Amino acid sequence: MADNKFAAYICAGCGIGETLDVKSLEKIAQKEGKMALVKSHPFLCSEEGVKTIQDDIANESVTHICIAACSRRAKTEAFSFPGISTARANLREGVLWVVAAGAEHDEVRQEMAEDYVRMGCAEVKKMILPQGNPDKTQAKNILVVGGGMAGMTSAIEAAEAGYDVVLVEKSGALGGFAKQLWKRVPFSAPYSEAQPTGVEELAARVTAHPRIKLHLNSTLAETAGAPGRFMIKIAQESGGVSDITVGAIVQATGFTPYDVNKLPELGGGQPNVVDQAGLETLARTANGAAIQRADGKVVNSVIFLQCAGQRDDSGTHLSYCSGHCCATSIKQAMYFKDANPDVDTMILYQDLRVPGMGEDFYRSAQDKGVTFTKGKATKVAGNGHGCSVEFKDLILDELTTLNADLVVLATGQVSNAGVDLDKWTEVSTAAESGDASAKEEQQRLRTTSVLKMNYRQGPDLPQLKHGFADSHFICFPYETRRTGIYAAGPTRRPMDLDQAITDATGAALKAIQAVENAAAGRASLPRVGDLSYPIVRLEGCTQCKRCTVECPFGAIDEDERRFPQFNEQRCRRCGTCMGACPVRVISFENYSCDTVGMQIKAVNIPDEDEDKPRILILACENDAYPALDMAGLQRQVYSAYVRAVPIRCLGSVNTIWITDALNSGYDGVMMMGCKRGDDYQCHFVKGSEMAYYRMSKIGDTLTQMGLEPERVQTLEIAITDSVRVAGLINDYVKQIKEIGLSPMKGFG
Amino acid sequence: MATNLQTPAPYHNNFLREVEERVEEGEWVKMCMQCGVCAGSCPFGPHWEHSPQKIFMMIRAGKREEVLTSDAMWMCTSCYNCVVRCPRQLPITHIMHGLASYAHRLGLVPKGQPTHEFATMFWNNLAKKGRVNELKLTLALYFKDGLVAGIKTVVLAKRLNPMEIFGGHAIKDLKGFQAIIAKAREIEDKKQGLTG
Repeated sequence: MADNKFAAYICAGCGIGETLDVKSLEKIAQKEGKMALVKSHPFLCSEEGVKTIQDDIANESVTHICIAACSRRAKTEAFSFPGISTARANLREGVLWVVAAGAEHDEVRQEMAEDYVRMGCAEVKKMILPQGNPDKTQAKNILVVGGGMAGMTSAIEAAEAGYDVVLVEKSGALGGFAKQLWKRVPFSAPYSEAQPTGVEELAARVTAHPRIKLHLNSTLAETAGAPGRFMIKIAQESGGVSDITVGAIVQATGFTPYDVNKLPELGGGQPNVVDQAGLETLARTANGAAIQRADGKVVNSVIFLQCAGQRDDSGTHLSYCSGHCCATSIKQAMYFKDANPDVDTMILYQDLRVPGMGEDFYRSAQDKGVTFTKGKATKVAGNGHGCSVEFKDLILDELTTLNADLVVLATGQVSNAGVDLDKWTEVSTAAESGDASAKEEQQRLRTTSVLKMNYRQGPDLPQLKHGFADSHFICFPYETRRTGIYAAGPTRRPMDLDQAITDATGAALKAIQAVENAAAGRASLPRVGDLSYPIVRLEGCTQCKRCTVECPFGAIDEDERRFPQFNEQRCRRCGTCMGACPVRVISFENYSCDTVGMQIKAVNIPDEDEDKPRILILACENDAYPALDMAGLQRQVYSAYVRAVPIRCLGSVNTIWITDALNSGYDGVMMMGCKRGDDYQCHFVKGSEMAYYRMSKIGDTLTQMGLEPERVQTLEIAITDSVRVAGLINDYVKQIKEIGLSPMKGFG
Repeated sequence: MATNLQTPAPYHNNFLREVEERVEEGEWVKMCMQCGVCAGSCPFGPHWEHSPQKIFMMIRAGKREEVLTSDAMWMCTSCYNCVVRCPRQLPITHIMHGLASYAHRLGLVPKGQPTHEFATMFWNNLAKKGRVNELKLTLALYFKDGLVAGIKTVVLAKRLNPMEIFGGHAIKDLKGFQAIIAKAREIEDKKQGLTG
């Protein structure tokens, strides 16, 4: 390997040269930053400026550069030098634009800029150019689990894009739930009439496609490996097992209608009460003629009860709305009206919601004479010839009882997402401690699993809420916490056919991205294309298991000696493992305990009597750091006593950084991450949550050091918080001044 | 189609069909989506017996008697707020007038409903000569309940008292009123630069 040669370039453009003493910055880079080559340029991102750097790379064998100019988020194209490790010192957004104007601030402004130059030089000294995961994978084919509308759509989309597909379907035929439908809610203009489902045509296309291999009457017996190298055992009903390797997985296992027998108060289980699926069967039998009940009587009056066993706040039934049922009931009421306009059809709803173009469909049904009544059914009872429905009309505010030949219950969707991992963890912990009944339960749970993954974190995707498969629902709805495995359709959230088709198309594209990234040794979303990957020094590992437990993506298994076993293709490069490791043996080539630690240590800490506090900001690069940049862009003024270090995720913060900072005399630490909790915005799901958890334990350490707990702050900053973040910084500086400067100065 | 005018079965559309066929703009009633914007927009809001939203639901529920004998549609002042705001673009004002007119033709209007009485009077006055005779209309209104009642009204209201021609009666604090006028004039003069 060629020797490293370090160079620093300081830009004097955008007003930097007029406001800061660039000459002195050059001196700092040379003497303190130990850069072999230091240059300044009046307009570094210009063609000429960039050429200076390129020439030095070519002629002076420069391998590592520190660019002291604008934020690392600006001018990324101009300052992109392939094969060269690059650090950025943020003089423009981080200093020039945020420190108060005027000569009285010249001193602190210059100190801040000098520190950023020191930090940039310190970082680049520790950086290694990422080579990409050497363990590149081959498999680019895609496994689709489930042959319903969503599964078939994913399969055909991936196949049409040129990827081989293996489709596994539990039953003996393609089509899933959609196959049971007589017609579907309209998906094209004028959105006024139900349309054919198109299931048969799609199934025929899937069956005939040369790139799609079908496994009917089959389920998964095991899923092992990682994106680009998933090893799958497919079990046929007949007993045979076939082994295949696939690159990525789409789970489109659909839903099961909520059991009507759980709704006896609404007539569930009675002969003249059906659910929506039951009515579809009657409609298919009628084939466009008058719909008859199971006993053969032609239906002359029908009442649809919306939200049956849904949106229930008593805790007995489903608490959520399944989204499709209003439009489905409208469609089914039309089945009756289209066959005979004189059939009395009433839809009893509390809130009618028809997403998409459903309003047109709703109007069309009103036009056909379907009666819509805002009311709540209280009782459905069988009588001699049909049912009597007791309900409260919520507009007229009165209780009424009506008779109908048939009652249709609009029940909700229950996801077929497999095993609940929380339950799994509980049962397997008990099983490990030798509980025999827990072992049995574990076996039983495993048989209900869809994917039967052999991951240490459990056999299926984590579930988000109400038993639906995982989704990063705020930022990346397709993403799950298991890299390369994408949930699509109503297994992910309640949805109608139209949404399921869109969803499945997206999932197919995500799967394609995953196999391509894995094949190139790169990370998948959100750090798409990142070539770094976690490197672990196993000889230092104490087998504490924190990394395996805390990894949000289940990327780390344990080998037979109980050492962590990294599956790089599953890794999203957030660094949560690095933050977790108490012995600091996990690092990335260009992001490690050292690259950040050395930046922290590079800052010049003034003596206590100078009365200039130093506050470290560890800012998540996804939201908090952009918010700081935006504060600069808007010329928000904040204190020149802070020093901001961008980090991959708050989860990657190792407590050593905090203790190092406080030991070397910083007066406070602000950790800025994304929103945590149920409606998290953390790109890595659990990163900010982990940081809060870890920091809640740091109080004792601070007390032992004789420091106030207020010296470490953990904050939630959204990308839009540019004004707020400046205010928070200023308030914190004020608070630190009140507490007094750190007594640790001069010992570091 | 022959419409069954018997008491309709609840929620079974007979009355809705009657309204659709016989009431002006009645075919719109089924398109109401019960959002309640009309009820919330009506300046007469709390004074209605039934808001338009409720009237439409009563029609769907087959409450023929209750709707047609209701005072509600007679309360409409034709401000058109509901028509402007209805997300389903129902001509609500017209439907209200249509229902009122239909109830009148069936003789179901509550006795003594003032809007109905005046409207009938106005119509009869107009229909007779092809133009409105204002004197006759005014007199007819004052004497609608007979000569004695009419005289009482006239004396109480004073305005139509023939003796008013000799001076007429004034408001309670006439001096105060005149002072207000004088002050207003003074301010206006000052503003317009017309003072002395």
